[in-house]
Amino acid sequence: MKSSVIRIVLLVVTFLVFSCFNKKNAKVLDNAEQKTELEIYDFERLEPILYKEDNTIYVINFWATWCAPCVKELPYFEDLYANYKDKNVEVILVSLDFPHQYESKLKPFIKERDLKSKIVVLDDVDSNSWIPKVNKDWSGSIPATIIYKDNKRQFYEQSFTYNELEEVLKEFLN
Amino acid sequence: MSKTIKLIAVACLVLLIGAFTIPENNLGEGYKIGDIAEDFSLENVDGKMVSLSDYNDAKGFIVTFTCNTCPYAVMYEDRIIALDKKYAPKGYPVIAIMPNNTSVKPGDSMDAMKERAKSKGFTFPYLIDAKQEVFPKFGATKTPHIFVLDKTESGLVVQYIGAIDDNYKDVSAVNTKYVENAVDALIEGNEVPQKETKAIGCTIKI
Repeated sequence: MKSSVIRIVLLVVTFLVFSCFNKKNAKVLDNAEQKTELEIYDFERLEPILYKEDNTIYVINFWATWCAPCVKELPYFEDLYANYKDKNVEVILVSLDFPHQYESKLKPFIKERDLKSKIVVLDDVDSNSWIPKVNKDWSGSIPATIIYKDNKRQFYEQSFTYNELEEVLKEFLN
Repeated sequence: MSKTIKLIAVACLVLLIGAFTIPENNLGEGYKIGDIAEDFSLENVDGKMVSLSDYNDAKGFIVTFTCNTCPYAVMYEDRIIALDKKYAPKGYPVIAIMPNNTSVKPGDSMDAMKERAKSKGFTFPYLIDAKQEVFPKFGATKTPHIFVLDKTESGLVVQYIGAIDDNYKDVSAVNTKYVENAVDALIEGNEVPQKETKAIGCTIKI
């Protein structure tokens, strides 16, 4: 009995190892890895992501697991990404979770929800210096969302429904 | 024919109601630095109504929009207590106001507020903005959100709007104590050095 379990485990491990050599599966593994390894930025590293000029529409949402309205609207951003990723739309979820909860809250949340959008974590206490650089009118409440494409840019300090989100995205789609 | 008129009337009514409901989400501009803040009368955790005009001896106020349920607000609770202990004797007491809709955030109900005020030993009033009419006047958008008011002959002048300090995580790593600097300046009769700051906080639940 025990040896058969070991055999199955070995088989699975072998399969996984071989899968890694397959290029397509290697990419899947990258995503899985991304879910366990957080990309933690200070604002200096985050800022370039907010000001790219590569003809892509970026939907950037500031959120946190402790923010109920953020968690509520998160599926809409996921749906938006699923429905528009082929139309040059990239969704980036910028988590403002607290460092002491990265392991206990954020990572399990990302795994459970199986989030597909790109996730980066912003850890920068000097919010008074970086909030105005995101948008001069932002008071600092979350959720907050930027949609931009090259030099066209909109900022929303509000919650969204899926329809509202799609509506504002359409202003950027040609 | 009269049916059509009725229909039109109903349609107009619906549109009219719509027109008046939209501003509910629009919190308006709120106070700017230099504006005169209106007084209010809100229920405290001890059941009494509190107004700023009750404080005859106050030279000003540290009005703090805060709540039980926002982790940022919770991280700042001890610092809010410390502010009151330091500045109430100097004439600038803390007045804490809980602005959330308690049906959205039951953890911010009056009962929960009473419990929190007791367990943390709040030395200041912890008021509920039950009608949610006070926070829009201030232009508070989140918790915690601080407004330092200075009593003058023309009224309570808004002298500072923003965060308590520049490090929510670690009180020992704070570089600039925005609120303390503002109140110290007012006490000494000086210009507030940094009148507005921005910080992350929890959206006020409406």
